[in-house]
Amino acid sequence: MPAVKMTVNGKKVSGNVEGRTLLVQFLREHLGLTGTHVGCDTSQCGACTVHVNGRAMKSCTLLALHVEGAEVLTIEGLATGDKLHPMQEAFREHHALQCGFCTPGMVMSAIGIVNDHKELDEKTIRHQLEGNICRCTGYHNIVEAIGAAHKTMRG
Amino acid sequence: MYDFNYQRASSVADATTKHKAAEDARFLAGGMTLLPVLKQRLDQPSDVVDLADVKDLVGISEENGAIVIKAMTKHHDVEHSDLVKSKIPALAELAGTIGDPMVRNRGTIGGSLANSDPAASYPSAVLAMNATIHTDQRTIAADDFFQGMFTTALEPGELITKVSFPIPTKAGYKHFPNPASRFPIVGAFVAQTKDGTRVAITGAGPCAFRVPEFEKALGSAFDPAKIKDVKVSADGLNTDIHASAEYRAHLINVMARRAMGG
Repeated sequence: MPAVKMTVNGKKVSGNVEGRTLLVQFLREHLGLTGTHVGCDTSQCGACTVHVNGRAMKSCTLLALHVEGAEVLTIEGLATGDKLHPMQEAFREHHALQCGFCTPGMVMSAIGIVNDHKELDEKTIRHQLEGNICRCTGYHNIVEAIGAAHKTMRG
Repeated sequence: MYDFNYQRASSVADATTKHKAAEDARFLAGGMTLLPVLKQRLDQPSDVVDLADVKDLVGISEENGAIVIKAMTKHHDVEHSDLVKSKIPALAELAGTIGDPMVRNRGTIGGSLANSDPAASYPSAVLAMNATIHTDQRTIAADDFFQGMFTTALEPGELITKVSFPIPTKAGYKHFPNPASRFPIVGAFVAQTKDGTRVAITGAGPCAFRVPEFEKALGSAFDPAKIKDVKVSADGLNTDIHASAEYRAHLINVMARRAMGG
């Protein structure tokens, strides 16, 4: 089986995978990083969102070999010890989750949205969240949390 | 997904050589269509040739009055390109409506065009602006490129390298998104070019197509009032659970007028 190397949450990792092994399978099954979820497995729900070289992407629709040598950031790589990332803190503060299944992908997408936008209004947040599905919250508090985190992160 | 032999190409020549040597290979660009197709076992290639390392397939430039976008350029980079935003703002706007941010961070213009999905957005821009598609072997005019559902003029193993869009005087894109998938139920790109105003539609038929009735009524004008009463036939248009052919025919007129600010 081909070997693959990448950096995940700042640590160099490697493994042997099949050509068809998805990035999300490599993260969850080879590295035990089960914070990244598989919701639909059809690139619609966004629960599997991680960052590859600083860009939000759906890890269920990427081959592990496709991101050879890349820097990957998952939900596990956000907090520093007990100190939450500002986006995680905003999700907690604004009660932006209920069951929590979509949350890892929501948080990773949300950070991508803040990174991509100097200015951010509610309409833009809602448009940019089109790739993430939540069936509990009705989105309202997620939108609030992203707006609040934008202020903290962009200061 | 059935397993396959994964190969990485280092250049265009390396990619086409690897493709040719394999029994039944597919090029992998962003993978936003190929991977879902493989996951559903709708295709079973012997080899996948990944273009991720082919650096000379990425970039946007202005050359001789045209915006040239290389095949592996991501939708996100077209959406946020200062050059595209200043020269063909409608094209940047179109790129920003494709899929969602994660898809735009991965999906490529070359992949989208090679696939010719009936509801893909880019084909309407390529047709309306009379763009030229460059491959490793030749150049193909937009009018000759799209041939049917998931069917293009590309030969097996032929690789799109770049697309050249002559800068139009004016252009606009508007689409009516499917409420769930956000794919265009109907999308209209209208461009005022040196050869007259061209109107191209996506989402409504087997592949993107021009609307001669609208183009005749418009001449070289960019004026929604000129097509207000021009009807489009529903013959041959798509009917599915989202919209009937008749509704799509109606939307073609509405979206084309909105693309011109009407």
